[in-house]
Amino acid sequence: MRAGLSALLSHWLRHPVQLAILMLGLALATALWSGVQAINAEARASYDRAAAVLGQNRIERIVSQDGGPVAQDLYVALRRDGWKVSPVVEGRLPAKDLRLLGIDPLTLPAGATSVPLRSGADLADFLSGGGRLYLNPETAAGLRPDGLPALRTDPGLPPGTGLTDIGVAQRLLGMEGRLSYLLVSPGAQPDRPLPQGLVRRAPDDGTDIARLTDSFHLNLTAFGFLAFAVGLFIVNSAIGLAFEQRRAMLRTLRALGLSAREMMGLVLLELLVLALAAGMIGIGLGYLVAAALLPDVAATLRGLYGAEVTGTLSLRPGWWLAGLGMAMAGTLLAAGQSLWRLWHLPLLAPAQPRAWARASARSLWRQGVAGAALLGLSAGLLAFGTGLPAGFGGLAALLVGAALCLPLGLILVTGLGGRMARGVLVQWFWADTRQQVPGLSLALMALLLALAANIGVGTMVSSFRQTFVGWLDQRLASELYVTARSADEARRLEAWLAPRTDAVLPILSAETPLFGRPGEAYGITDHPTYRDNWPLLTALPDVWGRIAAGQGLMVNEQLYRAEALALGDAVDLPGGPLPVVGVYSDYGNPRPQVLMAPEGLMARFPDTPRLRFGLRVDPDRARALATALGAEFGLPDGAVVDQATLKALSLQVFEQTFAVTAALNVLTLGIAGLAMFASLLTLSGLRLPQVAPVWAMGLTRPRLALLDFARTLLLAALTLMAALPLGLALAWVLLAVVNVAAFGWRLPMEVFPGDLARLGGIALLAAGVASLIPVLRLARIAPAALLRVFANER
Amino acid sequence: MLLTLTAVTKTYATGEGPLTVLDGIDLALQAGTSLALTGESGSGKSTLLHLAAGLDLADAGRVELAGVNLTTAGDPVRAGLRRGTVGMVFQQFNLIPSLDVAANLAFQARLAGRHDPAWTAQLAQVLGLSALMGRYPEQLSGGQQQRVAIGRTLAARPQLVLADEPTGNLDEATGDAVLDLMLRLVAETGAALLMVTHSPRLAGRLDRRVTLSAGRIT
Repeated sequence: MRAGLSALLSHWLRHPVQLAILMLGLALATALWSGVQAINAEARASYDRAAAVLGQNRIERIVSQDGGPVAQDLYVALRRDGWKVSPVVEGRLPAKDLRLLGIDPLTLPAGATSVPLRSGADLADFLSGGGRLYLNPETAAGLRPDGLPALRTDPGLPPGTGLTDIGVAQRLLGMEGRLSYLLVSPGAQPDRPLPQGLVRRAPDDGTDIARLTDSFHLNLTAFGFLAFAVGLFIVNSAIGLAFEQRRAMLRTLRALGLSAREMMGLVLLELLVLALAAGMIGIGLGYLVAAALLPDVAATLRGLYGAEVTGTLSLRPGWWLAGLGMAMAGTLLAAGQSLWRLWHLPLLAPAQPRAWARASARSLWRQGVAGAALLGLSAGLLAFGTGLPAGFGGLAALLVGAALCLPLGLILVTGLGGRMARGVLVQWFWADTRQQVPGLSLALMALLLALAANIGVGTMVSSFRQTFVGWLDQRLASELYVTARSADEARRLEAWLAPRTDAVLPILSAETPLFGRPGEAYGITDHPTYRDNWPLLTALPDVWGRIAAGQGLMVNEQLYRAEALALGDAVDLPGGPLPVVGVYSDYGNPRPQVLMAPEGLMARFPDTPRLRFGLRVDPDRARALATALGAEFGLPDGAVVDQATLKALSLQVFEQTFAVTAALNVLTLGIAGLAMFASLLTLSGLRLPQVAPVWAMGLTRPRLALLDFARTLLLAALTLMAALPLGLALAWVLLAVVNVAAFGWRLPMEVFPGDLARLGGIALLAAGVASLIPVLRLARIAPAALLRVFANER
Repeated sequence: MLLTLTAVTKTYATGEGPLTVLDGIDLALQAGTSLALTGESGSGKSTLLHLAAGLDLADAGRVELAGVNLTTAGDPVRAGLRRGTVGMVFQQFNLIPSLDVAANLAFQARLAGRHDPAWTAQLAQVLGLSALMGRYPEQLSGGQQQRVAIGRTLAARPQLVLADEPTGNLDEATGDAVLDLMLRLVAETGAALLMVTHSPRLAGRLDRRVTLSAGRIT
């Protein structure tokens, strides 16, 4: 047995490049898969920490029925009545980009927070002087501490969240005398009803943010899996070649007394050893990939969902064990065909052994029929299914179905090309290309998937960018935006600005629950700025007049789709419901939003500060006005923002949001290129019996090499042509089905011929580069190597 | 003289040092004649054939084909001679697997720019291939494949046919039939034939016979 194993392993010593390709393919496949899993695990851990920050996943609460704040007097009354409740104030500090939680440590239920308030010293520190603000170390490092209590760090807190004493929080959030909700201590409570306007809410069984981000993580997983599958094509190619090259040796080993079972055992052992080694390399690479991508993923999650995810990676045993498992399972899957052949290897060589590269046409037809069935399933799911599962199911069926159909399509096209060709060499070229298709089919399928993913995701991002830029132009119509520090300063600002601008448009906003989710209400002045520019998707006639008259409100697209609203439906708000009179697009906002007349907003949310204004002014005068404003009022940096800066900032957030997608796209295409290279290298060794006779009949080696080069480019070009409609279909599914289900907005699809042409060029270049070594090898092959074909072939 | 080999030497590097396969070979072949090349395995028969076809280069000496010195000719010139002047029949047939019988038969003639459909059809009929024209090599028996290989060579009307044990993979009856056909068709086209064979019986049917032993003509 040991002799048999050393005979098997000696093959790799003689073919180190082949071994390197096998290891590289498996390591890359494992790297991208486990990298994506590491990112997902990190994000989920962050969600769990966020969910557990005040034990809302296990502690009951008392909240206001209309979603508004709870008066502090009610809390006092409840305590006096025997209720074991603890007050919490929660809100955002926009200037610090911080979610602030104020607690009362003396009444807080046990185990509600990870912050160490166990000892008297900790407690005294927490309550001392100007208070203490507990933060995650990462959040603390990126925070300007001015205007905040002394900072303390606690790694158990989620990123972007600060914990402090309730009094401090009320002061910072301007919520004196008001509370957000009350935590109910476990145990017996008075057997009396709650005062009117208050309700008990059971602990959440899961976090909203985890549910919201599921689609994003599924997306990442899908990309990771695609890259893993593409990597396995390389492994399949390398193992297939090794099997073919060792066919004679395997037969000899069998003839020398190794049973088929023993032989299988040896080959399996060899494969698992290789998989273990490559898997460990892959996990190391995966950690690097995850560490490199995590900051961008964190930015994406913050931008799209408002979810805070830590930017540093921790190693989890489950993660690397799963990575190794995937490497092993992937290797066995990729080697399945070769193992099956080994099991059925006849002891004596048949007179005309089948070339490894030649699969039967019948199996390609079967594969094509299966692919067509999957395409039909995809169409059915997308046409009749609803929600994310149908969207992703349709997407998967579309991609796999198209990939399965590709080899048959190439066989038919090359057959047609051969029938239409005139010259003998051209005819041979087509016929020979046709014969290469089965051997290259896996690599070409990988290329198809990678190209389609690039086209689809690229089209989606470009469509999104184009729509987003146009939408920003509409939404950010004012030339300048100014924020006052106080109500008094705001009044003086307004008076000073009135004669110096075309219009001063107050921007009023208040946080309020909308259909049970945290949302925001905006007050908007009736002005041509909005009437002419606001991006409306649908509206009743005279929508602006109705809003100005307080007869209705507008909702953003997310809310409209999530609640399946129709024009005329009522939206519950403090102070009574209002009907929906219009819907506007609101890309990139994870929260539901409504828009109403400023008077209506102030009536319903009387504490809303009137601090922000949009200024309409001649664009040429905007910069001078901003300077004059700063000088007159001594406003701090960031208080006056011009439209261009705001747009640039928004676009920067946008680009960062899709940086991960772009990186995964490039990596997947790179692996597909490597799969192509591995397959071409494999085939180049097996093709000599087909090439040698043509050489013997008078074609020079460089010419044969040139034809091989052209053949690779032709197959890549045909694959690219198949990838174009597939990629555009993918983009459509992402924009019209997946995005709507995942984010709540639908984007118009735009096709960018320039981008497609560039990707086509890159694909052909990648195919050309992948074929360079095999082609140069053929151009320079020693005649003796070709002559061996005639002397002792097979 | 169509083919002349003068003091030709060929040596291969092996793990155990250089191995001289041909050692000062002198040989000539006139148009319209046939020559059998016999000898034991490893005596250099196939190497000699490869040098005559310009598939390989001699280390010393001179190989002249149709007035061209192959020893000094570049690869394109030698490729041109293989395309237009020489036809090879291999022991393993070496048909082009991606082309059907009809395309294989016409392949070299079309490469040489001498495709004559009537002649190809006549060859196919004589070789008994007319009913097999749409089949692919893997669908043919050994004898059928060798007949296609012979047809492919003769369809191009080469001046020199080089055959490397063309019946070595066939049973005796099929081998005899194939050789009969080849000799008849070579004679009809006026080509010269240089055939490597192990069989003294087959060698006796050609005009001349040369035996190689340890790289020398004996």
